[in-house]
Amino acid sequence: MPRIEPAPTPLSEPFWEATRADTLKAQRCNSCQMFVWYPRDFCPECLGADLTWVQLQGTGSIYSFNVMRKPGNPMMGDEVPYVVALVDLDEGIRMTTNIVGVDPESVSCDQRVVVDWSVELEDGRKLPTFTPLPT
Amino acid sequence: MLCFVARGMHGASTETGRRIVRTSLRGAAAIVGAVDAVSSTGALDRTVEQLEVDMIRDALADAGLSIHDVDCVMSTNGMMASLDLAERLGVRGRFTDSTMTGGSSFEVHVEHAAAAIAAGLCEVAVIVYAATPRSGPNPFASGGPSMGKDSALFQWDLPYGLGLPAASYSLAARRHMHEFGTSSEQLAQIAVSFREWASKNPNAYHQTPMTIDDVLASPMVAEPLHKLDCCLVTDGAGALVVTSAERAKDLRSTPVYVLGAGTAHTHGMSLSQMGDVTTTGAAVSGPQAMAMAEIDHADIDVVELYDSFTITALMTLEDLGFCSKGEGGDFVSDGRLGPGGALPTNTNGGGLSYTHPGMYGMFVLVEAVRQLRGEGGDRQVDGAEVAIANGCGGVLSCTSTIVLGTESTL
Repeated sequence: MPRIEPAPTPLSEPFWEATRADTLKAQRCNSCQMFVWYPRDFCPECLGADLTWVQLQGTGSIYSFNVMRKPGNPMMGDEVPYVVALVDLDEGIRMTTNIVGVDPESVSCDQRVVVDWSVELEDGRKLPTFTPLPT
Repeated sequence: MLCFVARGMHGASTETGRRIVRTSLRGAAAIVGAVDAVSSTGALDRTVEQLEVDMIRDALADAGLSIHDVDCVMSTNGMMASLDLAERLGVRGRFTDSTMTGGSSFEVHVEHAAAAIAAGLCEVAVIVYAATPRSGPNPFASGGPSMGKDSALFQWDLPYGLGLPAASYSLAARRHMHEFGTSSEQLAQIAVSFREWASKNPNAYHQTPMTIDDVLASPMVAEPLHKLDCCLVTDGAGALVVTSAERAKDLRSTPVYVLGAGTAHTHGMSLSQMGDVTTTGAAVSGPQAMAMAEIDHADIDVVELYDSFTITALMTLEDLGFCSKGEGGDFVSDGRLGPGGALPTNTNGGGLSYTHPGMYGMFVLVEAVRQLRGEGGDRQVDGAEVAIANGCGGVLSCTSTIVLGTESTL
């Protein structure tokens, strides 16, 4: 699947490296214990600069979603319809992502989802998407 | 005795025997020039730079002022925007503002101009906007710092094909539907009401009346938003002149006074950072502006708000307090926003039917001024004395609310 592929930065490198092993990571603040998304040099809750990368459970709930009938960028032209979602991870952070492996018309808010590693970027990194948990 | 004014204590004067700190802007400044350039074809045959100067010339003529009276220029167009524009105009300023908050920039500029004028930092401020995304290059195509490859938006949102503005707004619409039962028909009614106003505006891009079914039959862009839930892409330009209430009395035009102002932002360009996506900053900026203006909802004759999408208008009406959160769908469904309705809203046709060059907030203010001057023509709201103008920029990121009134409201 063609994608915009943002180059890793010193800040985002640990996230992207973990995706090569199908592992979802985010930073946690060692001062206030809050999880941080997206990667930052400091915690937006307390401005603490002591952050640790930790593995996430990879589960969460769909806060909201759409069905893209017109592609968000030309690279995604062959992918419509596809689902963009905001997923609330169980660690308390909200990510933008896609819901994959499901009929877009069956997706709903508050639906439980689990991370999916089917989207591979050209350099072997993976883009974490989500798919509904079996009920 | 020192007087401490707490953070967030806006909208009231602090009295300790004598006035120490003026914390209200009510009636301190007035809009004395307001013009725009919009074509029913959607295209203007001038460059952005030509339009900017044409608008400033026209707005100053409207006010009966000359460029030599201007001591402050405000613009969003480029790096050091206001300085570059002032240089082209030959203006040496003593206050300046290049604040860029997307579509709410011009409400923020009016707020800042009124504050600067009230504090004696400048006397005549010019605010300008021009964009030609229809006939020229789209200024958003190349992306600014907030959309460049180092931005959070690019790194963490765009790989998922978010892209189009409608994509983010559709996420807000879906959550609003989920939490409150809002329907596509209710959202469509907003577009229908604004189109009714546009049918009375010879400069509007869309003037043909339409039905809810027309909106629902238009192609889906990002479900649940249809094409006719989305704003236009047209050329457009406008300018405002703001000066002190005192100076306004002697000028050519009928002054429209700034009664209240408020600004609030919740996030930058990543909707994932907004928190509750069903409540915009207008829930903060609106009450602040209305408290400063010392008005209640019953006092408001005209509402001009940023309708980038139907959902933007619906949430803004809720956040400004015209109805409770979640009740916006029912509130709009009787057509009260349209001509003859109880709450005349977007009387020029709005960003959905009049014009939308990318940052519609300028036209919100120009139309509010026209209504309060009684220059609305076929779409004039009889006896309009108080208008509320709400800008919304980014992706629901920053709202700014301005309450305007005629001399009778002072």
